[in-house]
Amino acid sequence: MSNLIIAGRQFNSRLFLGTGKFGSSEQMEKAVLASGSDMVTVALKRIDIEADTDTLLSHLRYKHINLLPNTSGARSAKEAVFVAQLAREAMETNWLKLEIHPDPKYLMPDPIETLKACEELAKLGFIVLPYIHADPVLCKRLEDAGTAAVMPLGSPIGSNKGLKSIDFIEIIIEQSKVPVVIDAGIGTPSDAAKALEIGADAVLVNTAIAVAGDPVNMAKAFKMAVEAGRMAYESKLSKINKTAEASSPLTSFLD
Amino acid sequence: MEIKLNNQFKSFPEHCSIQQMLDNVVGDKQKGIAVAVNQHVIPKDQWPFFSLNNNDEVLIIKATQGG
Repeated sequence: MSNLIIAGRQFNSRLFLGTGKFGSSEQMEKAVLASGSDMVTVALKRIDIEADTDTLLSHLRYKHINLLPNTSGARSAKEAVFVAQLAREAMETNWLKLEIHPDPKYLMPDPIETLKACEELAKLGFIVLPYIHADPVLCKRLEDAGTAAVMPLGSPIGSNKGLKSIDFIEIIIEQSKVPVVIDAGIGTPSDAAKALEIGADAVLVNTAIAVAGDPVNMAKAFKMAVEAGRMAYESKLSKINKTAEASSPLTSFLD
Repeated sequence: MEIKLNNQFKSFPEHCSIQQMLDNVVGDKQKGIAVAVNQHVIPKDQWPFFSLNNNDEVLIIKATQGG
């Protein structure tokens, strides 16, 4: 199976993981390892001056894991650029997941602020992976602005509703010259497999694993689903037929 | 002098450097953090040389769980 390449970097897994919503850092660490993922997102926050007990990074210190800081919390391009600069300094990476979703009810990504931020961030030398709605036109504009990939949503963050935007994801996959990572709303391993089957380069999953009954096993299930989906895609799926096409010969002795 | 540190007011000696402030506030847990003063990110190599002023807004951030 071919390896995923984004901005010249090779990834062994087409399953990216978010680190939010896990019951504990230990569980998060086990799930990340079980998933086989080598791209893991983190957010940024103000440290608690009185008592800083957040030890997230110590649970992700594995050679194979690439950390991808996100700009969650930014409500505008200006704030996102500021968060990006903080992230670059803190995480010592110029890789960035750009996400600007000011509305807390549906967390819809703001396309205008995202495009503005991308243009600025590309000039500042960031490797940007923008989170956006599955808008094919926006994806092309972001590609022109120099993003390393595009990350269209399947459905709202945390909704587990699956690939509601599948028709538009297919258009994006057909037209995109940069890798396409389906991010948000993937609720089941079958959603992830489907995304890979239709030609997505990778998927980013968080909630579906973190709040599953058994997150570590769920992570394994997603790992297998992503591998199966990609293998199916590379094996060229048979076409869909409007009518039946017999699999067995219609035996002449009964005619 | 008073500075606003992560939304809390704190007192520090006049012309305290970022490095001195961090040594006081976070001790030796200084890996994986970033500092901004009045909305400008100050790189780590400048921490010993950058003096804080009265009423500066200082942000100290680090990675946390997120999707």
